[in-house]
Amino acid sequence: MMRKRRTELLLTIMGPLIVLLIWEALSRTETIDPLFWPAPTSLWDTTVELFTEKDLLGDIGISLYRILLGFVLGTIPGIVIGLAMGLFWPVRAALMPIASAIYAVPKIAILPLVIIAFGIGELSKIMIVAISIFFLVALNTMSGVLSIDNQFRDVARNLGASKWELFWTVALPGSLPAIFTGMRLSLGFALIVIVGAEFLAADKGIGFMIWQSYQTLRIKQMFVGLVITGIMGWALTLVVDALERIIVPWRADDA
Amino acid sequence: MAQVIHPEPASSQTPQAGAQVIARHVSRRFTTQTGSVDACIDVNLTVDPGQFVVIVGPSGCGKSTFLRMVAGLDSPTGGELLVTQQDGSPASNAMVFHGRTLFPWLTIRDNIAYGLRLSGMSRSGRRNRAEELLDLVGLSRFGDAWPHQLSEGMRQRVSIARALAMDPTLLLMDEPFGALDEQTRFILQEELLRIWEKSGKTVLFVTHSIDEALILADKIVIMSAHPGTIREVIDVPFPRPRSLTDVRSDPQFAELFTTTWTTLRDEVESGGAFRG
Repeated sequence: MMRKRRTELLLTIMGPLIVLLIWEALSRTETIDPLFWPAPTSLWDTTVELFTEKDLLGDIGISLYRILLGFVLGTIPGIVIGLAMGLFWPVRAALMPIASAIYAVPKIAILPLVIIAFGIGELSKIMIVAISIFFLVALNTMSGVLSIDNQFRDVARNLGASKWELFWTVALPGSLPAIFTGMRLSLGFALIVIVGAEFLAADKGIGFMIWQSYQTLRIKQMFVGLVITGIMGWALTLVVDALERIIVPWRADDA
Repeated sequence: MAQVIHPEPASSQTPQAGAQVIARHVSRRFTTQTGSVDACIDVNLTVDPGQFVVIVGPSGCGKSTFLRMVAGLDSPTGGELLVTQQDGSPASNAMVFHGRTLFPWLTIRDNIAYGLRLSGMSRSGRRNRAEELLDLVGLSRFGDAWPHQLSEGMRQRVSIARALAMDPTLLLMDEPFGALDEQTRFILQEELLRIWEKSGKTVLFVTHSIDEALILADKIVIMSAHPGTIREVIDVPFPRPRSLTDVRSDPQFAELFTTTWTTLRDEVESGGAFRG
């Protein structure tokens, strides 16, 4: 068991390392054009420069701000509406067609609409994130409520639970794992959408930085932006995982 | 027309002697879009205070439906069902369900104390009572564990403890040991007997195992399927306190098993023919 763990860990580290090494070698030997495919090790100086001489930290900060604010503004109503859809069939019947239709639209496609509604400023960036993840959270929350075994309701009623107590002690905790699944998916979505939105309509942010670097052919800088985006996604997932371990301990314990 | 005196949700007030259950012409019809199904028809049954009554019958005979009605989770569409204390007031009940019914989001201790929390008992009161029950079912060390960390047999012990925590006058059990392996089942049957014999509670227990019925019951009620109604009531004479081995080695055991199975077999076979 321990042995397998160690091997697994080793492979997890070795896999990406080997890919990077091959890339490094191909770039150094100029088998691939180092102008467009700079060697990974050559990115370090660019990174330091971006952090010290340019405002990379500011770009990261503004993107995180948009993601997190949009996340909160999308998740909270998403959970509320999702719970209502799960608990009350008329709400479900009324909202399901709308939710399924909008859910299928690539969210970046509604950016013009969001800009018309909320202006070109910060608000439209935050709202596009909120709108993108709202449906994801709502639909996951709803399916979480619907997947709760009816027997739990019977047990609670038999032990004297009122409707309100049923909600707080059965429906809500029972749907928490699904709510977190929705939240984890949402963060990935939020990152995709914000980078897209910053490509198209922003003057700051990690997406803007990547796009601008490409347009001015500062390829190394662009690669740094990509790596930073990856790290941001990874870090955000870690935050949700930590939250889940605290709020849904019976499930986190399983994994 | 259907008159019901609903059992109160179990409460943790002063311990009472066992409740009494009287069913007179109780029926339950389920109406669906494709027609109606009679889950129970004309069920007449009296369960005396402190009695251990086991209902056996083929699947689909309405035994679980009947139990749910006694629990107040469902209402009869006809007849009269009384669940009362000896003084005539409504009696408390608690049900042990089959399958995985511990709340996965509560620790074992909180699962046991769930009903107590709803009834407004103080935190320390709940904790003491939960410890008592953990002790009773031999799981003192597992109060802080999550349900998924326990074996099926341990979980079912917790389900029983959760029902007992409410100190109900009537304990309802719907195939509580159905999913357990045989050895675990034997052990839990004996534990249930040990707990019940001291408690004076009335128990209404549903199973499809004749063995289990003979080991536990004062009275076995055989139900038939399609429609579900009571076919026969058999008194079980084994002395108390009972042990599994005593009952099984009693010469009457074989005789009673045969009587019960003969009646039940007709039901299972005719039930099968009906469903064709």
